[in-house]
Amino acid sequence: MTVMEATNEAPAPVEIEHPHHKKLVIMAWSGDLDKIWPTFILGTTGAAMGMDTTIFFTFWGLFPLVRNDVHITGENWMQKMMSMMNRGGTEHLGLSKMNFAGAGPAMMKKLAEEHKVASPQELLEVARDLGVHLVPCQMTMDLMGLTKDDLIEGLEDPAGASSALLEAQDAITLFI
Amino acid sequence: MNETITLTLDLKGLSCPMPIAKTAQAIRDLKPGELIEALATDPGSVPDFAAWCTTTGNELVERSEDGGVYRFVIRKKG
Repeated sequence: MTVMEATNEAPAPVEIEHPHHKKLVIMAWSGDLDKIWPTFILGTTGAAMGMDTTIFFTFWGLFPLVRNDVHITGENWMQKMMSMMNRGGTEHLGLSKMNFAGAGPAMMKKLAEEHKVASPQELLEVARDLGVHLVPCQMTMDLMGLTKDDLIEGLEDPAGASSALLEAQDAITLFI
Repeated sequence: MNETITLTLDLKGLSCPMPIAKTAQAIRDLKPGELIEALATDPGSVPDFAAWCTTTGNELVERSEDGGVYRFVIRKKG
């Protein structure tokens, strides 16, 4: 009797040179406080972990990048009206639920302060310091009549969907 | 451990992701091989520092806990 050599062994694992993803791309499409917060938390952490991190800000997601001291944006009455109903800047974000005309965010900020959770503004500053690429969506800027002067400093040049998808090709991509 | 710690970070009270973010900011000023000590109270920092070291290649040399304060000693990647 011959002993058959076992052939059903699992194949040797392929050596992966870089076991960890080196890139993180976040599509920030929402301007809600409870979406921008995790966006900045993950973006900051990605950069801290050495990942080449890019956040694309589009639609309502672009408004948190409006300067806090800018009140009304837009070139025509519709864009201006829209910006009055949806003021930009990290200090003026609402919650997606339990907003209660601003009472919700105020309570949330109070809780965050008590628990020493960094505010979106603090996180944004750390993100910029750690080299996170913050890219405004050109189309949203046109649609909403936003100019570069309306937006905070330290942003990349505005770009479009193909730039976002090219960047996302070899990255972990989140849609928040 | 008798090696000199180059920098100590007081991260007590801070919540995720600030302990990691501030460590990542601070370690830029160290030379490769130098040690940084981080003191945190966020229990999440225990798995987070381990994960951060695995990903960045910095070495978690020592980890301890004393009265709710977690101490991490990290050697900057050479």
